Amino acid sequence: MDSTSAQVHYHAPPTSFLRKYIFSLDHKVIGEQYYMLALVAVYIGLVLSWIMRIHLAWPAFHIPGVEFLSKTGAPGGVLTPEYYLQLMTMHGTIMVFFVLTTAPFAGFGNYFLPIQVGAEDMPFPHINMMSFWVTFVAFCFSIAAFFVPQGPPLSGWTAYAPLSALGAVAGPGQGTGQVFWAISIGIFCIGQLLGALNFISTTLDMRCQGMSLMRLPLSVWAWFITSCIGLTAFAVLMPACILLILDHVAGTSFFIPSGLVVNDQLQPHAGGSTLLWQHLFWFFGHPEVYIAIVPAMGVVSHVLITNMRRPLLSHRVIIYSMVAIAFLSYMVYGHHMFVSGMNPFSSIVFSFPTLAITIPATIIVLIWIGSLYGSKLRVNTASLFALGFISMFVSGGISGFFLAQPSIDIMLHGTYFVVGHFHLVMAVAALFGIFAGTYFWFSKVTGRMMNEVLGKIHFLFTFVGAYCIFMPFHYLGMAGNIRRYQAFVDDFMAPLMPIHKFITIAALITGAAQLVFLYNLIHSRFWGKPAPQNPWEGTSLEWSIPSPPPFDNFGGKLPVVYHDPYQYGIEGATGDYVMQDSPEQINVVRDER
Amino acid sequence: MATTVHEPSRIESPRRTERPSSGNGGWRARPPVTGGLPSVDDSSPASRTGVWVGLAAITMTFAAFTSAMIVRQGGSNDWQHFTLPSMLYVSTAVLLVSSAVLEVARKRVAACLKGGQTSHANASSWLWLTMGLGWLFVACQYLAWLSLRAEGMYLATNPSSSFFYLFTGLHAVHVIGGLAGLALVIWRFRKPLSTLRISTLSTVSYYWHFMAVLWIYLLLLLWMRV
Repeated sequence: MDSTSAQVHYHAPPTSFLRKYIFSLDHKVIGEQYYMLALVAVYIGLVLSWIMRIHLAWPAFHIPGVEFLSKTGAPGGVLTPEYYLQLMTMHGTIMVFFVLTTAPFAGFGNYFLPIQVGAEDMPFPHINMMSFWVTFVAFCFSIAAFFVPQGPPLSGWTAYAPLSALGAVAGPGQGTGQVFWAISIGIFCIGQLLGALNFISTTLDMRCQGMSLMRLPLSVWAWFITSCIGLTAFAVLMPACILLILDHVAGTSFFIPSGLVVNDQLQPHAGGSTLLWQHLFWFFGHPEVYIAIVPAMGVVSHVLITNMRRPLLSHRVIIYSMVAIAFLSYMVYGHHMFVSGMNPFSSIVFSFPTLAITIPATIIVLIWIGSLYGSKLRVNTASLFALGFISMFVSGGISGFFLAQPSIDIMLHGTYFVVGHFHLVMAVAALFGIFAGTYFWFSKVTGRMMNEVLGKIHFLFTFVGAYCIFMPFHYLGMAGNIRRYQAFVDDFMAPLMPIHKFITIAALITGAAQLVFLYNLIHSRFWGKPAPQNPWEGTSLEWSIPSPPPFDNFGGKLPVVYHDPYQYGIEGATGDYVMQDSPEQINVVRDER
Repeated sequence: MATTVHEPSRIESPRRTERPSSGNGGWRARPPVTGGLPSVDDSSPASRTGVWVGLAAITMTFAAFTSAMIVRQGGSNDWQHFTLPSMLYVSTAVLLVSSAVLEVARKRVAACLKGGQTSHANASSWLWLTMGLGWLFVACQYLAWLSLRAEGMYLATNPSSSFFYLFTGLHAVHVIGGLAGLALVIWRFRKPLSTLRISTLSTVSYYWHFMAVLWIYLLLLLWMRV
């Protein structure tokens, strides 16, 4: 590895246990902390979804253990309608904020962004540490909401006003639980803003010699673009949370209108705007979709290229498309509010960019598929999950075309069609990106390989299971099955119950498959096969250093970069690739086809 | 015979291969400061980028509050106008003066670090003066709240007073954050052989000046709206 003169690290190697593992300044430890937080969160979210699905399929079933969560919310193990909504709220909150935002962006990004740009750490390690611990406190507030009187809020992860702003009078969990929710999300925003500050500074200013912007791997570009989105989006959600808290605790009227009577009580508020919350929330909420998905796009591109042994058809177009997605993501948020009573002309204004944003997304997908065509893809768990990501993203994205049109959205908005759409395009796709990244980078983080057989079993069940769960949601939606209800045993929805039962069984099996992943993760961490430094024959800088990387990443020196990030399919000294930091000249061998 | 299925996206020219000139490795490859007086050139672009990114986030936050205020005022007829406490104009003057004083301090500290004629005590006193003016600003804001409170305008009295307390309060919190940064600068500059980097002072200065600009914006907004 060629490198520049010795550098002094920003901070000394940690010596105490606290500094090494708890309040660490090392970006790698912070990245692992974020990932572990997301791992805990995703299994909590999974269990909540299991409980909800069992209740939906068999509303009178006594779910063992649930009564310990809330004696009043689940007497005898059967959920009350209110408690179902409370669990639904926390499922959405935990999954969106503490999994989909935390793992692919903060987790992988913290660990690999500095290494991939050739830096020894992020420029502001203390702020980086603070960003994690602030996020951790936010997570604690969310979990604590389960244990306050009357439990967590029931207003959904979108916390629509005035339900979310009224207080205890609006129902179980709408008092202290809702305040805890708002505090949690407000603090979470601060953590993400601190993280974005470091990501942007690292990308712009910490690149090693030779690492021009176009030589950055696509994963770095994705994290950088996501940071820019997050910087703007979370800076708007945080004020919204502050206003919501003030409506609760200070008696202000930002979101509560005049003359509102709840449970026969006239509310002592006046003049607030319920739509104001929706505007503020969705200004964050739609970019949040891309905060979850763009890092996954970067990870998937990185994984696919390495396994295809060829660069994508166009490195630049992928970058420009991700930038276009980020830019357009701020212009489309109104499509979440088509049913809010907005002016039909406004609907068209929001509908147009909603359809337009599919263009860069489609370009990215076409580049992936075009690059895959004719390639000799190395089939491993990481590349399978990367392919699965494309499949989920396309499947969920197609239903977005329908929802982008106000006339159709008005019919489908309150149904399971929307649930199927956003779970596929945002949640499951991003989770596939997380899995692809985990199987790909695990060896670098731990120095051990994950079990490929277990990985492929995990992929198979997850891939098939995700379709079994979320595709029927679309059919349910088209049949008029309303979402957010806790039971569908009456009226026209009763004939749909077999589909709900099928989905629940699929959810239980797919969820159980995630235990295989957990086992693989833990077992491989301690007893996995020792990994070579570059098991996938990658070209980017993380593969030029030992596994796991040393404290200062590059052993007291900074690398020098000579090549674009994906020099595959060429005749190099080490095989069909040339590392970014290899000073050797590239010999191009032309295709003889 | 080695074959490939495609041609690489871009072929590196030998010249480019030999001389990697892009990226920020240039400034980072400089020899680090090993001791003695810190160099005034020892500033990293990362701190500059960091502060601008931070200011962008703060701008966006206050932009969100501003839009919330406009929507809230336009959406109902319960908006009650009131006269701004005169103490706000005093605090404005104090903050502007503190900004000017900090600029003087920055130049004196830089001159001191370069080993120029400015004495350490002289440079330090300007930093302390800025700090004092900052706390005076916060005190003036507190007096303004007391004055409004005496008129019966509390946080929840009316949306106009809600936004008044919100804007002034959050701005004061940000100013206190700036004072913490200033305290760090003073702490690192407490000895002639200090560990202060000029980039740290520059970062705090950018932030402090931004607080002044933000306050002018908020004052105008409040003056027009409440």
